[in-house]
This record gives sequence, structure tokens and C-alpha cells, in this order.
Amino acid sequence: MSARRLLFITAVLALCTHTMAFADGFAGLGGDARGFAEVAPEKRLVFPEDFGAHPSFRIEWWYLTANLKDASGVSYGVQWTLFRQAREPGPERKGWTNQNVWMGHAAVTSANEHLFSETLARGGVGQAGVSAEPFRAWIDDWRFAALDDSPSAGLSRLRVSANGSNFRYTLDLTTDKPLVLHGKDGFSRKSDRGQASYYYSQPFFTAEGVLVIGGREVKVSGQAWMDREWSSQPLAPDQKGWDWFSLHLSSGEKVMLFRLRSETARGFCAGTWIAADGAPQPLEGNDIALTTLSETNLAGRTLPTTWKVQVKSRGLEIETAPLNANSWMATRFPYWEGPVSFSGSHQGEGYLEMTGY
Amino acid sequence: MRQALWTLATLVSHWRRHPANLATLLIGLAIATALWSGVQALNEQARKSYDRAAAVFGTGGARSLVSTRGGLFPQDLYVRLRLAGWKVSPVLEGTVRIGANSFRLIGVEPLTLPHETQLARIRDDSGIDSFLKSPWRTIVSPETLLDLGEADGATPVTASGQRLPPLKALANAPPGLLIVDIGVAQVLLERPERLSRLIMNERLGAAAPPLAVTGDALRLAEPEEEQDLARLTDSFHLNLTAFGLLAYLVGLFIVHASFGLAFEQRLPMVRNMRAVGVSARTLIAAMFCELSMLALIAGSAGMACGYLIAAALLPDVAASLEGLYGAQVAGRLALDATWWIAGLGMAALGALAAAAGGLFKAFHLPVLSVAQPFAWREAQQKHMRRQAVFAGFGFAASLAALLYGKSLYAGFILIAGVLLGAAPLLPLALAGALWLGEKSATGTVTRWFWADSRQQLPGLSLALMALLLALATNVGVGTMVEGFRKTFTQWLDQRLAAEVYFEAASDPDARRIEAWLEKRPEVEAILPVWKAKIRLEGRPVDVIGLRPHETYRAHFPMLSAAEAAWDSVRRGGAVLVSEQLAQRLHLELGAMVDIPTSGDHWRAEVVGVYPDYGNPKGQLRVDLDSLVQHWPDVQRTSYSLRVAPNAVSGLIGALQAEFGPKIARIIDQAALKKLSTSIFERTFAVTAALNTLTLLVSAIALLASLLTLSNLRLAQLAPVWAVGVTRRRLSELELLRILFFAAATAALALPLGLVLAWCLVAVVNVQAFGWRLPFYVFPGQWAQIFALALLTALVASIAPIVRLARTAPADLLKVFANER
Amino acid sequence: MHHESLNLIIQPGTKAPPACTALSPLLRVVGLKKTYATPQGPLAVLKGVDLSLNAGSSLALMGESGSGKSTLLHLIAGLDEADDGEIWLNGVLVTALSDFERAALRRETLGVVFQQFNLIPSLTTGDNIAFQARIAGRFDPAWQDELICRLGLKNLTDRYPEQLSVGQQQRVAIGRAFATRPRLLLADEPTGNLDEASGDDVLQLALELVAATGCAFLMVTHSARLAAKLEQQVHLSSGVLAKP
Repeated sequence: MSARRLLFITAVLALCTHTMAFADGFAGLGGDARGFAEVAPEKRLVFPEDFGAHPSFRIEWWYLTANLKDASGVSYGVQWTLFRQAREPGPERKGWTNQNVWMGHAAVTSANEHLFSETLARGGVGQAGVSAEPFRAWIDDWRFAALDDSPSAGLSRLRVSANGSNFRYTLDLTTDKPLVLHGKDGFSRKSDRGQASYYYSQPFFTAEGVLVIGGREVKVSGQAWMDREWSSQPLAPDQKGWDWFSLHLSSGEKVMLFRLRSETARGFCAGTWIAADGAPQPLEGNDIALTTLSETNLAGRTLPTTWKVQVKSRGLEIETAPLNANSWMATRFPYWEGPVSFSGSHQGEGYLEMTGY
Repeated sequence: MRQALWTLATLVSHWRRHPANLATLLIGLAIATALWSGVQALNEQARKSYDRAAAVFGTGGARSLVSTRGGLFPQDLYVRLRLAGWKVSPVLEGTVRIGANSFRLIGVEPLTLPHETQLARIRDDSGIDSFLKSPWRTIVSPETLLDLGEADGATPVTASGQRLPPLKALANAPPGLLIVDIGVAQVLLERPERLSRLIMNERLGAAAPPLAVTGDALRLAEPEEEQDLARLTDSFHLNLTAFGLLAYLVGLFIVHASFGLAFEQRLPMVRNMRAVGVSARTLIAAMFCELSMLALIAGSAGMACGYLIAAALLPDVAASLEGLYGAQVAGRLALDATWWIAGLGMAALGALAAAAGGLFKAFHLPVLSVAQPFAWREAQQKHMRRQAVFAGFGFAASLAALLYGKSLYAGFILIAGVLLGAAPLLPLALAGALWLGEKSATGTVTRWFWADSRQQLPGLSLALMALLLALATNVGVGTMVEGFRKTFTQWLDQRLAAEVYFEAASDPDARRIEAWLEKRPEVEAILPVWKAKIRLEGRPVDVIGLRPHETYRAHFPMLSAAEAAWDSVRRGGAVLVSEQLAQRLHLELGAMVDIPTSGDHWRAEVVGVYPDYGNPKGQLRVDLDSLVQHWPDVQRTSYSLRVAPNAVSGLIGALQAEFGPKIARIIDQAALKKLSTSIFERTFAVTAALNTLTLLVSAIALLASLLTLSNLRLAQLAPVWAVGVTRRRLSELELLRILFFAAATAALALPLGLVLAWCLVAVVNVQAFGWRLPFYVFPGQWAQIFALALLTALVASIAPIVRLARTAPADLLKVFANER
Repeated sequence: MHHESLNLIIQPGTKAPPACTALSPLLRVVGLKKTYATPQGPLAVLKGVDLSLNAGSSLALMGESGSGKSTLLHLIAGLDEADDGEIWLNGVLVTALSDFERAALRRETLGVVFQQFNLIPSLTTGDNIAFQARIAGRFDPAWQDELICRLGLKNLTDRYPEQLSVGQQQRVAIGRAFATRPRLLLADEPTGNLDEASGDDVLQLALELVAATGCAFLMVTHSARLAAKLEQQVHLSSGVLAKP
């Protein structure tokens, strides 16, 4: 994926702290990453270390989306996200003086319900964090962790769980496919002006587990997509929002596409075509076309909820439809995130995220 | 309009000719307003501070978890709860000393703080960013910034050498608090990885204390044991209010007396104005206007004085509230418009109430009385009858309030009824006494003396009533104040018998401090004051364990006690009960009380009832060993120390230097006692000043009446002079007469004052605080007041008597020449 | 009934309201009755009094102590309310007026002088004289000065009533009554508190002012000598009027 979440976390933390009333901080985040590590193209990702946190970088996230069905074929979507942001550069400090602020978002979506929750934590005291080996990410009682404690297990068997006041879920994730590195071996360019991040995914999870929605328990199974990304360099100030797709094609192939909408220039588009065996092929911006087909009025805004998506070089031309057009995350910084299905040249399902509307 | 203006101008012209009368009126009203509004200012200030402090952790009682054993608990419990899904927010509270002042320091975690808490609503333009990263921030209220003597951005250093993050004053921050990030607090208080409280996010609904996660280390703090300062300090404020109200009433009596006097003096004027064409409506409008002007002038002066009184008393009141209850009150007065308006309203209302009778009379005044003296006499008799009826109503209201009233207001109605009932009875009682005197007199001059005195009575009765009320108030308030002072001092001596009180931060800290103290030669005794919290009949009760020591046997006053009560307590199986609890549970000596303990119920005998003035909670005192036996988990952190008085400050300094933050709270009780006493002394000084003023005012009223009468007197005295009584003898008789009136009034004022005092201590106090103030009598005070009454009369009569003695025979003769 | 016993200036028994013409009398009292409640039972003071007085004329009302002459005066002044009968003053039916209207009538049409307590103690002589004129809105400085001169109070205007002799006080009272140029001067034993010389003096001043202003004058007195100085005299006895 892309810089979308860089901008996202910046805005979210700025706003959430504002609502917390101490103020509208983070003013300096706009362009100043001095003191933090830089994203360099020659760097090679190393595992399992890069499963864990990178405190020398400013911003980082662990992101999971899952497209699920119950026994009778009813569709559901699940989201689990952990964001990390360092408030100051420098060696990581222990205790409450630790620089990191963690934020978790979780959601369950069905055709007529969209339930979500949000929680925040300070680093340094153990309330939230990520360890690489064995892989374990947590905030409060939300978990995203390896089921198998053996060091070599990597991300092949994971369990993810979260809850809110009216929902909870636990999913077991398994895969035998390799990780997918976006961009050039994981160095993912964000704009024409040089911003970049380290970005890899595991889009091949099979998921199985239980959702509890308002006291109703549902056994589900399906496929899940994990994203990992970290960086220090924020986006250009003129980028006000983005549209992002993660698509599971029925052929077993996967596609990641995004467009950063700019107020002043053409949007920056990029993506990755992932073969069924996991081999990635970066997609150029001019290879991708995203067109709005219809809009939904929601929370006082107008959001494009059905799209025409084209990847010319691959002959992909599909129309996407949301499972629930009302997949609105009314968190401190609100955005749209929910499962979609598509048909056209290809069939399948996936996730759509839209911010800045 | 023109008519009303001229009428008003004419009415006002009276005051130019009677400035003393005007002064009494204004002073009375100003005093009433000043004391009332001053006290209200103090109460309001305190209440505002409590509200802000109470809202720190929530509104409507956000619940929190505290250590089961008291003191601090490891931060790990917080993380464990969060990881188990409990939405709690960590807090660390402590005290830091900066310069000469102590401040409550609160460390919070803004990301998890529930939105309902006031802290989460404090807005700061500089951003959460600066609160959460170096150099961090210390958020304070503007008042606290002033108390610190610092400006925004300053970084004061605590007594332990820690530098605070830059100060930032925010208008809605609670006073007396330093708010910092939780991590900063742990550093400043030197309590790494320790917390004092977890606030529960009610919105996310946590049902019960999560035993599975933290074992029994934490418990849910009951809402009423939360620092409900408003309740805890209610008795203190009620005391102030009672003083204020009493002062207000006394002030109103002065106003009533002086307005009544002015009304009587203005009767000829009023009748004249009516006769030449001023309508009753215009007259009333003008009088009302005049009254409003007076109320505005006196009220404004009173408000200014009230403000000064409050400002002068506030620092002491605040210190006392903090010392006694740990309540933080901003040390600077900040009063809003409603206070000013309410105060002026009280002045206007008081003036109206005091003058209502006069206004009513003016409206129904028979204009014809001018030419019909017999009608006036008849009216006077009617008036006397009405007064008797009025007195009856007053007493009936009192009786009803006493029998059926169960509230504080009933108590005040009782007092008002007694005073208003007694005042109109005075002329009747005096008339009776004079009639008796006349009957028993043998000599001609003596008979004339009594008869003539009776004739004088109507003209003097109002002034005498003022004197009666002044004297009675003096006796009543004097008795109550003396009694209160005596009781309060005793109570302070008991409660603060030990010289030093301290609270350790944790049990292990307490053990270490205890061991250290045992080696100190200046420490005469280490007395644990361990406290278990229980519920009896649904209400919270503190069980306090005491180590038997001479301190208690010698200083602990009992209302009633069985033989060798302390030995029974020492053996276990016996307890002492506070007066409030005994009253509530109807416990008497020898009664058995079932006390819920950590295990079974403990059945103990009541062997003593002791006063616990001002404490809204019930209290049981038991032997320390019994306490530990029945409540093994009891928090063992509080101690009283007996220390040689001159070693107190040295010991406190040494303790602080040695243990620093391991001591959560340390109090120099001797200093606190001195401070508390001085506050009450100052409150009482105000009352004493008021009493003196009241007497002075009644003297002025008496003087004014005598002067008014002295012209008429000439006509009455001339015939007596003519038949051969010398002017000197006449003057002596006149003086004697006034002294007789004063003495008789004082004689009536004494019982009235005692009734008033009884109402105050036995009715108002019980209704207000749930305990009864012992009723002490001070005969020495009575003699003083009797002498004071005579002195007042003497002062008031000197001028008229001298005038009479110096009246030229020609003037006396004139009476025969041109009077009537 | 008792009309026959009256011997009055105008025809008795006429109940017709007088027209507001120069010829009609300034004051007309018809069938006036007043009873007081006393501890000994009701006391009928006035049993049907008829009386008439033309503008510019003067009448002495005589009678024993307690004969009700002061009551009659008070009723005419609107200071008290009659039980029955009518009082017409300057074309206005006084007995039908409210207290408020009677007060207006007093200050605008009448001058009143009593036996004693005539003055407002806290006002100076000058202010006392001006008082009624001021509240009636007809204060005239020139007339005030003239009055003060005529009454011989020139050097006393800044004094307070208690600093004056009783005779001087009554002169101030007369001054106040005339300051509004009243249509009718009512006086209730104005010289009752004075010795003969100063009483004569005060009455003389009053009569001069009555003549000078053309106002009518009704004086209650028990002195036949003083009554003789007025144009007409009537006697109130047993609650009805009769010629002396």
C-alpha cells in the first residue's frame, strides 16, 4: 500500500489529541522528520526482526483486513489495526517517558451492521507493543500474535482478536505463502517528490474463527490480508486523502492499488500485482485507472462507494460494490473502511479504504 | 411625580436633623449585609473550590480503584488490567512542598483519561504534545499560580530538589493542584512505577472489581468515601452560615428599632403632609423609595465590608479547611455578579422586613389623630393589645417549631419566634412592674414617680425593646460562643492531643519509619491510628484502633463512660462509640454492637460515648490489637507521635529529610491547633465586635427616645417642680427612672438570652450537625451584661438629665404661660 | 325633618347639585351625617348638617367641646369620610372622591390650619411655607416673598419650627395655607394655643389674607369674641346647625 496511512495516522493523532482537549498538537509533523531514521532504497528487509517495531522511525502500523463468510454464505468483514507513532526522536526511553503512542482500531462489518472500537496507549509501560520473535502485537486486550511460540514459525500461524462494547472476534490465520515486498524489495515510493516507506504484506492468509455481534455468535472462515509499513517522512501537505484497494481475485492472484488525491496536482497512483505464488509485480501509476460510479451520503459527507477499477496491462476491468455502504469508522479521526466484492473481467472480494472526504 | 419628589425630599430632611438615627439605621443594615455576605462569600468560594476539585476525577461519581491496603500500588496492576480489557486510567497523587506551601500533585495519563473527568476537558492551546513530551508541563489554576508566586513558564523547585515542568495556568483547572503527566509525577514524587488510583471509564461499563486480574490488591472506592468535601465540610460552613444569619438578624433588629424610632419621630411630619394633600399612595411610594435608597447605600457599604471581611478571613479559613479536612480552597476571592446582587437583595429584603410595620402603619395612619389626642391614646392601647397578640403569635410559632420542626429552618423559626414574641411583651411586663410599684408606694413623690414612669413607658418602649434584643442577643450569642469555644478547644485538644501526625506511603514504609522513630529520644510515644472502614446499618463507619496510652486516658473526653472503660477496651470485647453513631444506632452504655469484620461479626460492648464534633461519619474506637485481629488487612500507615513540644519542628524536618516521599502526609498538630483556634477566635472576635456595636446602637436609640421625650417631659415635670420638688431632685428621679427601665429590661433580657442560647446549642446545632453543644452558663458574663445595660442607660440619659437640671426656672414657668 | 331647625344662608333642603357658576356657593354641605363607634356605643356627632358658603365670604363655626365642629371641618377637608350626605366644593362632590382625589383636592383647593402640630419639624420656615405649593405644583417665589413679608417672618425663614414661638409657628402655618392661593381656608381653633394678643394678631393676618386673595374662610372656634370678627356665625349643637 502506500503513504495513505502515514497521512492517516498523522491526522488521527492530531485530531484525537485535540478531542482530548489538551490541544491540537502535532503541528510540526507536516514536514519535519529530523532526528528520525530515513527510509533508504538500499536497505534490505530482514526477518523476523522486521516483524517487530522500528522505534527509530516515526510512524508504523500493523494492519489486518479479512473477508469472511459464515456457514450459510453470509459475508462479513473484519479489521484489526495497530498504529505506532513516536512523539520525539532519540533512543527509546523506558517507562512513561517513552516516546511512542499506540492506537488500535477494530471493526466488524456485515451487510447491515458496522461495529467498531478504538483504544489508545502510551508506550514504555507494556500496555501496548510489538515483539518480533515470536511475533506478538497488542494493545490492551487486543492481540495479533503467533500461535506457535517457536522462533522459526514466523507469520505462518497467527491469531487475532479484538472487541468493542457490542462485538468481539477471534480469528486464526494460516498461510504457507511467502511475504510480499512492495515497490523495490520493500522500498515503496510514495510520491514523485521522493517520500517513501518500507512496505510488505502477507495477503494469503486463510482465516477461520468466531465473531460475536451483539451477543450473536457466528462461525466464519475466509481470507485475510496483512500489511506492514513504517516510515518517518510524512506526506506532502497538499495530499488531503486517499482511496486504497486490497483485492483477492478468484484466480488466487492479489492486487493492491492506491491513489493519493492531491488538491493541486494529479493524484499519485501505484500498486502491486501479486501472482498466486506470491511473486509481486509493481504497477505504474499510468497503468491504473480508478473511476467513481456512485456515491453514498453518509455522516454529512459524500463518499464514492462503488468504483470502476482498471489495470490496463493486466486486462483488469472490474466494478466494486461495498458489502455495507455505511462502513464508517466514526473514530476520533473518521474514515470509511469496509469489505467490497467485485465483478467484471475478474471476480473476487477485498477491502476498500477512503479518507479525507 | 413632582408631588412624590417633594414628599421624598421632605422625608429625607428628617435625617439631616437626626443624623444619629440615620447612622444607626445605616450601620445596622450595613452590618447585617456585611456579615451575611462576607460569610456567604467564604462559603461560595469554598464550594466552588470543592466543585472543581470533586470534578477532577469525574462528574456524578466516576468510580475508581484504590489499593485495598491503602497507599500506593504497583503500576503493573494497571497494565494487567488494561491487558485484561479493563478500561482504567492511572493516577498518582501526592504532595509536594514548594517554598512555604504544600500542593497536591496529580499525575494523569491523558490518552486513557475518561472524557467525563474534568481534567480531560481542560483546554490548553499549547497542545497535548507539550504535556506529553519534554520539557513537559505543569497545569495549574490561575490562583495556584499566584500562590506559587510564579509566572507562566516558570519551573519552581520542590523541597526535595526536583524541578517542576514549566507552569501553565488554565482557568478551569482545579485550585491547589499541580497537574502533570503520570510519568512526570512518578519522578517528582520519587515513586517510580507506583500509582495511587485507577479511574474507571464508566462509559465502557466495568461492573465489579476485577478480582481475577489483580487479586485482592485493589478495591472499588465507595462513592461516599471519596473525598466528598462538600459533605465533610458542611458542618464547618453551617457554622459560618449560622453566625452570618445571626448577625443578619441582629442587624435587622437594629434597623427595625431605628426605623421604628424614625417613624415615631416623623409622625407629625407625616400627618402634616397628609393634611395638606399628600395622598397615602404617594407617601408610601416616597417612603419605599427612601427605603430603597437607604438599602442601596447601606447595602453597598455592607457588601464592601463583607468583601473585606471575607478576604481577611479566607486565608485562615482555607488553611483550616485544609488542615482539618484536607480540602483545597483557593486562597483568593473570586466572586461573581450573583454574589453582589444576592447581597444587595438581602439588604433590600432586610430593610423592607424591618420597615414593613412602619410602612403599613403609615398607610393606615389616621390623619385626624392630629386633633384628636384621645384617638391616639386609644390607638396606643389598641397597639399594645396588638403587640400582645403578636407576642402570642411569636411564641406559638416558636412552640410549633420546637415541637414539630425537624429542620434547621425550624430552629431559626424558633429563635425568631422567641425574640419577636419577647420584644412586645417588654412594655407589658414593665407596665406591670410599674403598677406594682405604684400600689406599694407610700410617699407622694414615690407614687408620682411610679405613675409618671408608666406614663413615660409608651414613648420609651421601642428603644427599650431594642435594648432588650441587644442584651438578649449579647447573652445568647455570648453564651453560645463561650460554650462553643470551650467545647471546640477541648475537642481540638483531644483530636490533636499528639504533637505530630503522619501517614506513610505504604505499610513497609511505615514499618521503616516506626523503627527509625523508636531510636529518636525526643519521641515519647508512637501511637498508631489504624483505621478500618466498615458499614453499620448501611452507613460508613470508621473503626479506629488505639494503642492504650496515657495520652488517651488523660485527654480523651467522654460524654459518658463505664467504670474502667479503657481497661475494658484494652481487654478487647469493648468499644467506644462516637456521639453521632450512638445517637443514630440508639446505643447506650452497656449495649452490645455487632461489628462486621473481615471474618465473622464481632460482638462488642459499648463502654463509652465520646464527642466527635463535626464528623459526618460514625466512629468506633477499639484496642489496636483487636483491630489487627479482626481486620488483618487493615492499612497500617497512620500514626500520632507524642513529642516534646520544642522538638516538633526538628523532628518533622528530620523525618522529611530521611524518608521524603515515603511519608504521604505529615502534620504539625500543635501548629494546626493554634491555627484552628485562631480562626475561631477571629470569627468570635467579629461576633464580639458585633455585640458591642449592637449595644452601642441600642444606647443611641435610647438616647434619641429620651431626647424626644425631654421636651414633653418639661410640661409634665413643671407642676411637680412648682409644688416644691427641686430641679436637682427631679433630675435624680429622672435618672433613677431610666436606670430602673434599663435594669428591668436587663432582668428580662437574661432569661431571654439564655433561652436564645439554648435554642442555638440544643436545637439549631443538633439540627445542623447532629450533635449537641454542651450548654454552659457563664454567670460572670451576666453580671457584665447587667452592668453594661445600666451603663448604656446612663450614657443615654446623661444629656437629657443635664438639660433638665439646667433648665432655667423661667422655662419651667413658661409651661404654665403658654402650653395648652 | 331637622331642616326647619336650621337657619342658613341659603335655602335648606335643596338636593339639586349646584351649577358651576359664579352665583353658586363655593361650599355646599347637604344632609351630612357622621357617627363614631365608642366603647359606650355609637355616638352620632353630625345628624344631618346643611351648610353653604360663598366664595370670598367667611364663616365661624362655633360649638361646645365635642359638639362635632372639628369633625365637620375634617369632613369638608376630605380628611375623613361621612356616613351620609353630600359635600360640594368648588363644583366637586367631595363625598364621592377617593382618598387619592381628596388629597389632590386638599393640596390644590384648600388651605388648612390646625390648633397645633401644623409644621414639618425637619423643614425650615421657608420650606414649610412652600411645601404645599410645591407639591401642588404652584410655587410662586414672588407670592412666597410677599406672604413672608405680610406675616412678619422675614428674618425667620431659615429657622426650624422648634426655634419659633407658638405664635410665629401659627403664622408659618397660615403662610403655608395661603401659598397655594386656596379657594377655601379651613382653620380649626387656629389661636387655641396662643395668648389673646398673639391670637388676635394671627387671626387678623389671616383675615387680611382672606380679603387680599378673595378666598372663603371657615373657622372652627369656641370663642364668640373671635367668631364675631368673621362675616357669619353658626352654632353646632346636638349634631345640627343653628344660628347662635
